[in-house]
Amino acid sequence: MSETADLGRRKRRTMWWLGLLALGMFGFGFAMVPLYGLICNVTGMQSVDGMSDLGRRMATAGEGPGAEERWVTVKFDTTMHPELPWSINPMEGKIRVRLGESRVVNFVAENHSSQSITGQAIPSIAPWQANGFFSKLECFCFSQQTLAGNERKDMPVRFVVSPDLPPEIDSLTLSYNVMRLQGGTLAAAQ
Amino acid sequence: MTAITLDHEHEHHGPPHGLRRWLFSTNHKDIGTMYLIFALIMLFMGGASAMLIRMELFMPGLQLLEPDLYNNLVTNHALLMIFGAVMPAAAGMANWMIPLMIGAPDMALPRMNNLSFWILPAAGTMLILSFVVPFFPGGGTQINTGWTLYPPLSIQVGMSMDFLIFAIHLLGISSVLASINIIVTIFNMRAPGMKLMQMPIFVWTWLVTAFLLILVVPVLAGGVTMLLFDRHFGTSFFNAAGGGDPVLFQHLFWFFGHPEVYILILPSFGILAAIVPTFSRKPLFGYNSLVGGMIAIMVIGMVVWAHHQYTIGMSLGAVSYFMIGTIIISIPVGLMVFNYMATMWKGSMTFETPMLFAVAILLMFSFGGLTGIMLAVVPADMQYHDSMFVVAHFHYVLLPGAVFGLFAGVFYWLPKWTGHMYNERLAKIFFWTNVISFNATFFPQHFIGLAGMPRRIVDYNVMFTEFNVISSLAAFVFGLSHLLLLYIIIDTIRRGKQAKDRVWEGAEGLEWELPSPPPYHSWTTAPVLAR
Ligand code: HEM
Ligand SMILES: [Cu+2]
Repeated sequence: MSETADLGRRKRRTMWWLGLLALGMFGFGFAMVPLYGLICNVTGMQSVDGMSDLGRRMATAGEGPGAEERWVTVKFDTTMHPELPWSINPMEGKIRVRLGESRVVNFVAENHSSQSITGQAIPSIAPWQANGFFSKLECFCFSQQTLAGNERKDMPVRFVVSPDLPPEIDSLTLSYNVMRLQGGTLAAAQ
Repeated sequence: MTAITLDHEHEHHGPPHGLRRWLFSTNHKDIGTMYLIFALIMLFMGGASAMLIRMELFMPGLQLLEPDLYNNLVTNHALLMIFGAVMPAAAGMANWMIPLMIGAPDMALPRMNNLSFWILPAAGTMLILSFVVPFFPGGGTQINTGWTLYPPLSIQVGMSMDFLIFAIHLLGISSVLASINIIVTIFNMRAPGMKLMQMPIFVWTWLVTAFLLILVVPVLAGGVTMLLFDRHFGTSFFNAAGGGDPVLFQHLFWFFGHPEVYILILPSFGILAAIVPTFSRKPLFGYNSLVGGMIAIMVIGMVVWAHHQYTIGMSLGAVSYFMIGTIIISIPVGLMVFNYMATMWKGSMTFETPMLFAVAILLMFSFGGLTGIMLAVVPADMQYHDSMFVVAHFHYVLLPGAVFGLFAGVFYWLPKWTGHMYNERLAKIFFWTNVISFNATFFPQHFIGLAGMPRRIVDYNVMFTEFNVISSLAAFVFGLSHLLLLYIIIDTIRRGKQAKDRVWEGAEGLEWELPSPPPYHSWTTAPVLAR
């Protein structure tokens, strides 16, 4: 009899620690949310922002002879979220820039509705290999933008392309995805 | 390891009668049977969705499916097969065989066993509803994301996605409960004197699988919970506009998704470890290295997930790490294959249906492993990613590695379960049609993938027509061949001739010491192991 009671106790003990392990892994999933950003920062994996730091470092470090003489084409592209009745267009679709030199392009933003709307632009660079070598010194994407009803606004972007840009890249695209914000969060897309 | 069984015929009480027997069952054999029947039903539903996909792809252009419906079918097919068919079938085998193999009277936690099975029909219903709901007015849009459910698209899908998220929660709870039960059983219920390193490899594969499930399924549950929050409660886990990152979901998904592929194949590899020695009439080669190999697969398998995400723009260091890790995993996987080959080496082999499957599996699975290594190489994968080549790769590992292994197990143990022998001639016809049509379906997909046909797209360039026609025609044969499987199973139960206790002359293990079929309560007194 005591043997079966003992077996019951052993079974229950195994069951509990396995249950705790499962719960722990559920928690681990959520812990990934802060950890993910942290890991990316520490190891320099991915993360467009973290990499633009690297680009800035390299922009000053890479002053080899002839580096200033390289030119690349930078193209601009914007995509509006379907819920956002705005347009944001660059004054020039593409420009030639010299590596290491800071340049400004103006984007014209316009709210086509009569209400005031807040949006947020998310930048990305293509090809992704250029990520670490493109740094934005000034950008409307650094903060949320609010446009009053039918407002039209100039929004400048100042950037530098590092002289260390890998030699096989001679053209890159800065692209913005612009989303609508409602009460600090993204509008339901439906 | 033979057992001297004294008396195990304690049939004081047989099974209860009627519906109660199944609804309230705590008997591992009945629950195992229910798992297997559930899996078979899901296999046919998942198969039906695959048939529709192949019908649409028979010709370029849009014939019978809207693009969103096509993608919904792709999603539904994958989830039905993975969560509905393969995982429950493997769990059914675990329920049936683990207690018989380790000399235990039942699973350790019989009521929890009942719960983990009966969650499944509810989850399956939710899963099917997630497919059906968009057909009704107000049902929202179709789930057009594929089984990977990447945001932002999965945040924009209509309410069918909520059904799917709950279905995944339920399926997850069911498999975690089943896994806990299996581990508790293996740790505490072995016959006296049976050490861990003396257990049959099938039991070992399930021990490792159960740990993997407990480690990764909750992470998927966390990921889809965050998805649900983003959809309805204004959080921004994955919303770029609110400071979240959609790529985080990909990491959570593949942290589950890659180990999941080992969850799918390991139990089938355990079945092979029972079949290959039986029909080679030789002991299994390299028991210790098989155990070591699968533990290595479990550990390394949990840290290579991002090979599914090479194209998201990781740093060179990160992709190199994931590439090397992925290639390293193929070593223990290959080791398991080589162990089975060494077991056959110079054995006196015969080719009954389970063995035919085993040999075919080793050949085809190895081929899928090779295309896997091609995909693991970062610069190559930039080209292959999201093409039909990936589809060909994972069908070559998943069908042989998981599904055919389960078929082999069904033929191997069906006589034990039912007490009746299956029809060997029909089974061989099934084997050949099944395996040949499988190859004719998926082999051409390598070529069209390399030539640039993307996956998950309803239409394709006319230059891919010929290979798609071959693929579709073979797929219909492949699909239909499963009706023969169904017939064989029913025929065995109804009319099969009485099977011997030790069904296969070369078979070793405790399960063969019991009568065929085993009594409702088996091993009520633990077997005494002969040294
Ligand atoms: C030698 C071993 C293997 C290697 C090196 C390998 C490598 C890979 C890689 C790199 C991918 C990503 C391809 C892409 O999306 O571009 C992939 C996809 C996949 N693999 Fe494997 N694999 C191996 C074995 C397996 C096994 C054993 C299974 C399952 C039983 C499996 C199932 C899958 C699945 C389901 C996908 C596609 C997932 C999806 O995108 O939906 N693989 N494999
Ligand atoms: Cu993987």
